[in-house]
Amino acid sequence: MIQSQLPILIIVMPLLMALVIFLLGHKNEGLCFYLHVLGMAGLFAAALGILDQVVTSGTAIHYYLGGWPAPYGIELVIDHLNSMVIAMVAAVTLLVAFYSRQTVPAEVPMRTEHEKVPLRVRNYYVLYNLLVAGLLGLTATGDAFNLYVLLEIATLSTYGLLALGRGRAYYATFKYLIMGTIGASFYLLGVGYLFIMTGSLNMADLFTLLDTAFMQQSMSITIAFAMILVGVWVKMAFFPFHGWLPNAYTVASTTSSCLIAPLMTKVSVYVMIRLMFSVFSAQYVFEILGWQKIVVPMAAAAILFGSISALGQKNLKRMLTYIVVAEVGYMVGGAWLGNVNGYTGAVYHILADGMMTLCVFMAIGAVSYKTGDASLESMRGIFRKMPVTSVVFLVGAFAMIGIPPTCGFFSKWYLVTGAYEAGQWLFLGALLASSLINAIIFFRIIETGYFPDFNKAHGHGHHTDKTVVAEAPLSMLVPMVITASSLVLIGLFSKDIINNLIRHSVPPGLF
Amino acid sequence: MEQIPFLEATPLLAVMASLVAVPLIALSGNRPNLREFWTFLAGGVKLFLVLSMASWILAGHTHTYELWQILPGISLTFVVDGFGMLFALVASSLWILTSIYSIGYMRALDEHAQTRYFCFFAVSLSATLGVAFSGNLLTLYLFYEMLSLSTYPLVTHHQDEEARSGGRKYLTYLLSTSIGLALPAMLITYSITGTLDFNSMGVFGEGVSKGVLVALLLMFVFGFSKAGMMPFHSWLPGAMVAPTPVSALLHAVAVVKVGVFSIGRILTGIFGIDLMASQDLNTIVCIIASFTVLVSSLIALSQDNLKRRLAFSTVGQLSYIILGIGLATKLGVEGGMTHIAMHAFGKITLFFCAGAIFVATGKQYISQMVGIGRRMPITMFAFFVGSLSVIGLPPAGGLISKLMMVRGALEADMAWVLAVYLVSSFLNAAYFLPIVYKAYFCTEEEALFENKVQEAPLCCWLPPAITATISVVLFFYPSIFLGFAQVMMIGR
Repeated sequence: MIQSQLPILIIVMPLLMALVIFLLGHKNEGLCFYLHVLGMAGLFAAALGILDQVVTSGTAIHYYLGGWPAPYGIELVIDHLNSMVIAMVAAVTLLVAFYSRQTVPAEVPMRTEHEKVPLRVRNYYVLYNLLVAGLLGLTATGDAFNLYVLLEIATLSTYGLLALGRGRAYYATFKYLIMGTIGASFYLLGVGYLFIMTGSLNMADLFTLLDTAFMQQSMSITIAFAMILVGVWVKMAFFPFHGWLPNAYTVASTTSSCLIAPLMTKVSVYVMIRLMFSVFSAQYVFEILGWQKIVVPMAAAAILFGSISALGQKNLKRMLTYIVVAEVGYMVGGAWLGNVNGYTGAVYHILADGMMTLCVFMAIGAVSYKTGDASLESMRGIFRKMPVTSVVFLVGAFAMIGIPPTCGFFSKWYLVTGAYEAGQWLFLGALLASSLINAIIFFRIIETGYFPDFNKAHGHGHHTDKTVVAEAPLSMLVPMVITASSLVLIGLFSKDIINNLIRHSVPPGLF
Repeated sequence: MEQIPFLEATPLLAVMASLVAVPLIALSGNRPNLREFWTFLAGGVKLFLVLSMASWILAGHTHTYELWQILPGISLTFVVDGFGMLFALVASSLWILTSIYSIGYMRALDEHAQTRYFCFFAVSLSATLGVAFSGNLLTLYLFYEMLSLSTYPLVTHHQDEEARSGGRKYLTYLLSTSIGLALPAMLITYSITGTLDFNSMGVFGEGVSKGVLVALLLMFVFGFSKAGMMPFHSWLPGAMVAPTPVSALLHAVAVVKVGVFSIGRILTGIFGIDLMASQDLNTIVCIIASFTVLVSSLIALSQDNLKRRLAFSTVGQLSYIILGIGLATKLGVEGGMTHIAMHAFGKITLFFCAGAIFVATGKQYISQMVGIGRRMPITMFAFFVGSLSVIGLPPAGGLISKLMMVRGALEADMAWVLAVYLVSSFLNAAYFLPIVYKAYFCTEEEALFENKVQEAPLCCWLPPAITATISVVLFFYPSIFLGFAQVMMIGR
């Protein structure tokens, strides 16, 4: 019984939990945390249940809200593609939930002196739950307009979570709010065009309706597709629409950046892939429009721009945000290569990049939690001071560089192969160049952690070699270690992930 | 099918033996003797496991052990064959000797962070054996990268500014070439052929254009820059900032030979020597390698720092091996493979001696070593034997493999390669023998040392004495290693 209700549960559960925390949590911040973890754990179990259902049955789950048949009612469709994304989102939110035990009370700033601590912690977790509801909903939905609504729920909660940071957080979030709203408007306009032309909002229905020569030649449909693309690109910070991301994510609190950086961009990439292949079709996108000639070079530019900008950053968190911008280029480029290997690489990278972004953000978050800032200099002597954290960071760094057997290697494997098969040399070069730049970036950090400060040693006499181990609290270490191990496991089991999930979701028309 | 006389998983166990020791070494950091015991235990187990497969391989069999299917169609696979055995045997036997030497060297100089040192040494040995037993290019690449990363803390062990810049150079060269050249070459190969398994017939078959083959060949040869092919060689002299035992094992044997071994595997297992010869790819390899052989020997002449001279000599000798395999004839390939072992024993002796001199006297420069033979007779005699082997003079093993490669050049109808071998041997003699000559034959006024024997600690002079002896033994019984190389070439 409950099995068949899982698709709706993953949306309703966090919504209800937001309400429960709001009502019960105003006195006790510990209670907020435990309720929250409980909710997220339930969510993760549900996500695994869905994944299991899809893999064992081998077909998509269709869930009709209120029993209304599609295309009249709202339909949730969970197939091999989004069951994987849902599992990733649920895993990340659960891990960050544990991680947030100490960081949220420590970091969420008080606006006035009279404000009580539990209240702001409670508000934080309420927003957190709303974000998760939005993300899971927009991943599960089979309805183009419904997707817009849930996307806005997710983004609005993101604004709140990001604005709960220090210093310039308000201003950076405000810029994001403007950009995000522009993106949402584009998307909505695009969906409006589609509705005018076809009279439908259900994705599967749209797919059939658009599959006629008339529709495929129609300028209105082309405009609709372009608007939807631009809207989604703004949301995922695809170069040159990336400007808001580094600002907003850098000044955000540790927990917010750990939660949002891995999820928001990756889920937006999923949305792009879903719309490209499940509303429009591979044939329409690659043969009739043929925009891959422009988009793939744009992706290459995104990768190069993101990587090179990251190279110039002194603040580690800001550096990571530029890497996020580069990684978006990986996935967009892969999806637009128009072949199976590129598609596989892009989808696999949604999973891999979600986990590895989480890994490095959590490690840097732990360092800044202990040392008070996230500059390169804060990493000095980190291998002695925080051995576990630094190993976690190393694994994340290796994944970002693409060293086997971490998952980053395998996404690169497919993306590079796809680029080679499609003859997209610029993209291929950009992928390799970004691996190399990542290697430089991360080894600069590792080097800082490993060597003493030579300038200081000369200036102020000798350093005492006594460094005290000062690790982050267990509530941060445990999720970090789990995430780092998952990077290796996702790599080692890449065959199973690809054979059981991604291969089944390859849209018709790709070779 | 005959029953194999060892466990299915022996290659995996041999790889893992030193990796398992890492936590044990790390945990017994406070008790140095126990800590070193774990190293020797792992070394002994490793050598035993490798040896247990030797007779089976010499009988002409190969052993395949598939560990894990990692990508659709590609597995992590271990294959033990003659070439792999030869290299594994060299690496695992020399690890034990180097460990003895490490103890002498590190304790005599009271180095810091010795636990870390022994841990990463063990990890890098696992990676080395992993490369030796790799059954396909992906497995090889995995262990190759593991070796690059695990040796970084060894190279930069001193943690001073010089170590930092040496380490930077080390990783920059190794990672940028492996990611920028070897990785795409591997992917393109897979895209064209659909396989990455090593196969003595090559994987390309008919119909791949010569342009693509040449491009891939160059990407592979320069991509595995641990082999030190010019212009990607300068990490090697830079990495000499490492403690001498590291230089000895890693930069005369494990790391650099892993580079050479990888290229050798690719030339024989991915391209296949038939394709190499029929498409004239061997000429390209020989030209690149010859250039490195000659230029590096000339540079070595001008180095006063003993370790740097040895480093440039290594650069040249590595290209010898590639030159031999690149000839793509039976004798050339056999000679090249055997030279991996012959050079390993010769060169490690030289490095051991350089370290022993440093421990006993603190001297690093050749110009300061006039008359050192009076003070350290055993060390310098070992040095003499080692240099004979590297030059290729009797009675040391290096002659045998060099002779085979020379005959291989004639077999391949490339007489000019013969000239390269001769000129470079002459240069080798020119940069080694004066050191030995000056150590013994000098006037009383010239001598910088008193006429009193004062060797380095036992742990420092015994290993070079042993490796020097083995070098001589190899001259009389070259088949110890040659046998494995010949197994690879059966039927040609």
